[in-house]
Amino acid sequence: MTVVYDDVLQWVRNFAAEISDNKQHLSKLDAAIGDGDHGANMDRGMQAALPKLEAVSGDDVGAALKGVGMTLISKVGGAAGPLYGTLFLQLGAATAGKSELNAHDWSSALESAVKGVQARGKAEPGDKTMIDALVPARDAFRDAVEGGVSLGDALQRSSDAAKEGMKATIPLVARKGRASYLGERSAGHQDPGATSSHMLLRIAAETWKDS
Amino acid sequence: MKKLINRPEDVVSEALQGIAHAHSDHVRVSFDPYYMVRADAPVTGKVALVSGGGSGHEPMHGGFVGMGMLDAACPGEVFTSPTPDQMLEATKAVDGGAGVVHIVKNYTGDILNFEMAADLAKEESIEVEAVVIDDDVAVKDSLYTAGRRGVGTTVLAEKICGAAAEQGRSLKEVSDICRTVNSRGRSMGMALTSCIVPAAGEPTFQLGDDEMEIGIGIHGEPGRERAPIASAKEVVERLAEPIVSDLPFERGDKVLAFVNSMGGTPLIELYVLYNDLVAFLDGKGLKITRNLIGPYITSLEMAGCSITLLKLDDELTSLWDAPVNTPGLRWGA
Repeated sequence: MTVVYDDVLQWVRNFAAEISDNKQHLSKLDAAIGDGDHGANMDRGMQAALPKLEAVSGDDVGAALKGVGMTLISKVGGAAGPLYGTLFLQLGAATAGKSELNAHDWSSALESAVKGVQARGKAEPGDKTMIDALVPARDAFRDAVEGGVSLGDALQRSSDAAKEGMKATIPLVARKGRASYLGERSAGHQDPGATSSHMLLRIAAETWKDS
Repeated sequence: MKKLINRPEDVVSEALQGIAHAHSDHVRVSFDPYYMVRADAPVTGKVALVSGGGSGHEPMHGGFVGMGMLDAACPGEVFTSPTPDQMLEATKAVDGGAGVVHIVKNYTGDILNFEMAADLAKEESIEVEAVVIDDDVAVKDSLYTAGRRGVGTTVLAEKICGAAAEQGRSLKEVSDICRTVNSRGRSMGMALTSCIVPAAGEPTFQLGDDEMEIGIGIHGEPGRERAPIASAKEVVERLAEPIVSDLPFERGDKVLAFVNSMGGTPLIELYVLYNDLVAFLDGKGLKITRNLIGPYITSLEMAGCSITLLKLDDELTSLWDAPVNTPGLRWGA
């Protein structure tokens, strides 16, 4: 039960397509509590990452993911650029030299990625950020793998946990990022970063469901 | 959306090309990645000042590149922080061997991107001091928020620190002066209308014809309170009172008063506001010894204003008065 190099590339392509299809939705969520550009910025970054992905030769998953991270850092801007850039850089560092990933590989990659994002953005669960989707997704995946379920099922549980975490941001009062300036007025809105992070994990589960 | 643009995605690059055509005597523009540096950069032996932020606040920051102010500015997409590669290249292009100050407005994106850039510059043996500007009294400064936003004081800090660097002060001195300006400057803004981010195509928020937003930021992010529209005099009181009580400014203090347009408010209204501000501060026993009035830190076409007060001493006053020659601010040169 593994995902191979091409599966990883397909995940990135599908994520880029999902972001493109939902960029207005993401920007609308952002307009409610931020500055309304999350969808446009993520779309610009992912669209810039695609041609670079196709240009990579070989089958090093880590190198491909690192390339995505570098592109996001230089193309997205805002807070999402360094944060998603760091996420992909850490996924890449954790999978460097591998041409396929098993469940344990993905678990430790998620572990590094979430750690990296937290070190950069200094957010904790409950701050109403992407961390609210990423932390439960990481934990659910690790628990599922330790419980011996298949990679495909573990990915689904991780996606479900991200979804719950995303929805749980709605009543929260933001404590990081621009949304925190609104204080109590940030409650009642779903966090756009948690929403795009859920997409990332849902698309992984969908793309790799037969793994 | 009614805007004088060609395509929303080309706004930043075409405006930069316009700046390159218009101001080649002041600045050199790089298009890959985007940044601009003063025409004579790097100035050997001088501390260099680099700032940057989302576009849409013109003339800040690009309009303040030149003698006596910034050495480089990095424009991001509209209301979006620039990226570390831009900041790194700009930092390298202006480093004259005396170190580089990054003047960073306190927004999560700007902070994270400038931090990454400073890490990269240090790897290339360039000494970087980052100074964060967080002067917006509309935002509660607490452990539970991202902290106060950087707004009007940024313009004053760039001018004053630019003068200090021009005088040959050290990296530590220039960055300390920058921190002093930040600690003595306070701002608050308001909006009569929203603005439209070109890529979004619609107003960032909705305000009724009879409403105003008090405590607005400079990115169209909603403020802390919506209120019925009021007179200029009342708006001045609602902005200046929290500013004066925050520092606090005390009777006898000399201040620089900066009345800024958010982009859509005309100069005639700024003078009406300034007139009310003079009376208000007179009542508080504060003496305006310097002023700046006009659109300097804007929010696209938003109608509204911000007020910034900076507590002056002799040193800051003389640095403020020192010659400056940039596209957006020029005197004595």
